[in-house]
Amino acid sequence: MSLLAQVRLTRGSLELDVEVAADEGEVVAVLGPNGAGKSSLLRALAGLLPLAQGQITLDGTVLEDPGKNIFVPPEQRPVGMVFQDYLLFPHLSVLENVAFGLRSRRVPAARARARGWLERVGLTDLADVRPAALSGGQAQRVALARALATDPRLLLLDEPLSALDVTTRSETRRDLRRHLATVSGIRLVVTHDPLEAMALADRLIVIEGGRLVQSGPAAEVTARPRSRYVADLVGVNLFSGRARGTQVELVTGCALTVGDQAQADVFVVVHPRAVAVFRQRPDGTPRNVWPLRASDIDLHGDRVRVRLVGAVTIVAEVTPAALADLGLADGREVWAAVKATETSVYPA
Amino acid sequence: MGRGRRPVPLPIGILAGASAAFFILPLIGLILRAPWAELWPDLTAPESLLALRLSLVASLSATALALILGLPLAWIYARVVFPGRTVLRALTTLPMVLPPVVGGVALLMAFGRRGLLGQVLDAAFGIRLPFTTAGAVLAETFVAMPFLVLTVEAGLRSMDRRYEDAARTLGAGRWTVLRRVTLPLVAPSLFAGAVLCWARALGEFGATITFAGNFPGRTQTLPLAVYLALETRPDAAILLSLVLLVVSLVVLVVLRDRWLGSA
Amino acid sequence: MNIRHCSLVAVVGLVAAACSPSPSPTPPQGGGEQTRAVTVFAAASLTAAFQSIGWAVGRADPRLRAEFNLAGSSTLAAQIQQGAPADVFASADQPNMQKLVDTGLVMGSPRVFATNRLQIVVPAGNPKGITGLADLRRPGLVVVLCAPAVPCGRYALQVLQRAGVGLEPASQEADVKAVVSKVALGEADAGIVYVTDVKAGGVKVQGIAIPDNENVVATYPIAVLKTAHDGRAAQAFVDFVLSPPGQRVLAGFGFGSP
Repeated sequence: MSLLAQVRLTRGSLELDVEVAADEGEVVAVLGPNGAGKSSLLRALAGLLPLAQGQITLDGTVLEDPGKNIFVPPEQRPVGMVFQDYLLFPHLSVLENVAFGLRSRRVPAARARARGWLERVGLTDLADVRPAALSGGQAQRVALARALATDPRLLLLDEPLSALDVTTRSETRRDLRRHLATVSGIRLVVTHDPLEAMALADRLIVIEGGRLVQSGPAAEVTARPRSRYVADLVGVNLFSGRARGTQVELVTGCALTVGDQAQADVFVVVHPRAVAVFRQRPDGTPRNVWPLRASDIDLHGDRVRVRLVGAVTIVAEVTPAALADLGLADGREVWAAVKATETSVYPA
Repeated sequence: MGRGRRPVPLPIGILAGASAAFFILPLIGLILRAPWAELWPDLTAPESLLALRLSLVASLSATALALILGLPLAWIYARVVFPGRTVLRALTTLPMVLPPVVGGVALLMAFGRRGLLGQVLDAAFGIRLPFTTAGAVLAETFVAMPFLVLTVEAGLRSMDRRYEDAARTLGAGRWTVLRRVTLPLVAPSLFAGAVLCWARALGEFGATITFAGNFPGRTQTLPLAVYLALETRPDAAILLSLVLLVVSLVVLVVLRDRWLGSA
Repeated sequence: MNIRHCSLVAVVGLVAAACSPSPSPTPPQGGGEQTRAVTVFAAASLTAAFQSIGWAVGRADPRLRAEFNLAGSSTLAAQIQQGAPADVFASADQPNMQKLVDTGLVMGSPRVFATNRLQIVVPAGNPKGITGLADLRRPGLVVVLCAPAVPCGRYALQVLQRAGVGLEPASQEADVKAVVSKVALGEADAGIVYVTDVKAGGVKVQGIAIPDNENVVATYPIAVLKTAHDGRAAQAFVDFVLSPPGQRVLAGFGFGSP
């Protein structure tokens, strides 16, 4: 039982061209910036957005293939979807909402089953309440129950936690993880929050500008980002260039000395922690030393992140005390140093 | 609506007051001049009751017809894009701005004995619409339906269509989506549109008298009865006019939040 | 299109007011002297004849300008009683004029200025082959009459009674011109109107005579109203109508002499 989808479509100014494969029991997170095409991908899989080209096959059944004129309408696909705004039917009670899919598919004892699902998400006493009276977290659980009640082979979740405030989010994330774990079938979660992606999913795929940029286990994707977006999300510096031995020539022209030998096109990751900032040119072991200028200064918890621009653009992480000591401010000329051993290099 | 109580600017207050008076004075005039002593005998006189009953039957039938014909039209206007949609929409909204008598003449040209379709109906089925109650219903439907169509169309357009998407992913076919999601969500507009349509049909005069003619019990609706009573029984005319006015007032009060701008 | 505006329009329209008949165009007047306007409320059957009289009056006395309000006599009488600004009233029957006399709105006493007779009007070519009143009872025939409140309707009922013909019309129209137009359009097979209306109806209609013993003579009284702006001008108009030139105009349209 698996999903195999080649999705090619155009929506407004977005051209989506993505291939997604997932196996039974997998939770895949789809990560990407706004406008990347994540929601469009989900809608296409659900059948709400027709493909221009490509194919969608689920459990061996072809759901859509424009080339062969095959299109299974959404109501006939074994797909369930939890929407970003939940979209609970405002004129129906919570129980009727959850029972909706069952009644539409003419499943017997629909309401009894719906009650069962409400119990599983812990909302039995809210059965006769209207969605307007629910809190964010409760609405999310109802939306999940509603989608799961029809026992879909493919469950799509479009930013399931983004409508919640920060405090509810972490608690609901834990609940969601628990509920997702009890469900069989393939689960695809769209999110722009890497924490969420790592908490919920086994595998990550990253979509940017309608294209698949990176795919793999969560740990690998975050340790070895292959795009600026992922690097920014994870919070590391990313460089790309051509390696020759321990020298990497960056696309900007500058050279970076790395710890491991490498050849051809590579990515180099430097954690902001590994960037040291000096008032004057340091004289020591670091192979990578540049004169730069401080540009943006951000507080991150009890650390400060300083963006330095010049021959390279790099983010350094320092303590607030160090910031004050150096008199680091916008426009200040400084020197930055990175030890070659503090870099991580991998093929592009 | 600021928190502080600022006085209404004087020019606006004066104009608004004059405007209100413009509408309230005729009603007050009617109430003051009405021969209340004869209220019961006049209203229960056979001619009055006949006209009242016919008006109710005709206007309700017209509303039902408008619902059957108008809902699909409203749905198409709101959901389907096709060449010429703007023109078609304008044409079906025309009765709203057309002088009703002109509407009546147009109906004669189409459904009259020598009308485009009327000829066919007469020759093939022996169906004649002018001078019949059915003709009165047709005339009322013609002028009142645009109200229903526009209201429902606006409701459909402003509705969040993603609910329909959600329903489809849950397994609802197109008909189920319409029945269990779309219609309940536009129910307020549907109600408002139907009531407005009914009120307009109830008050229709020009198209009715031109197309359906005037005969007590068959085509003499309340407005026609008032018009003719004005000459012979002016007091009864005033009372019947009050009936129509009260009905319209009730309609507007009931719809105040849904239709005439909710605060 | 502003929905709110349209619904307000609908409400105002719901106050079923009588459609006010529109005034007819007035003949142009020359001369720089003070023009004296006379508002004449006249029965619908007088439409063509009075328009012609309006021109003639203007030619005779350039200062005099007649403006007409033409409708069913009962409608006009009701309007005058409600205070409509009329100077002269020309009715198609005595009872409507009497209403005004009884309420003291008439100056002096009314004079009969013309008579009229009734006729059966049918579409040109007489497709249904109507020969007399008895034929109107034929099943399936669509016959329209004036409403009983209107003089033409009252007269028609009298005529039918005299002929012993009981008839239920398909419609009771608000004025005699509406009857003629329904017949001319082909919507009705026959109607009962004045002979003058058949004549005025032109090539689209023709008349079937009603025998004298069954027919009624409609008498048209005219009077100056007490509410007249310019009593002398109003009287001048009435005098012209009663004068030989005025009578000649009326005769030309088919009216009988008083």
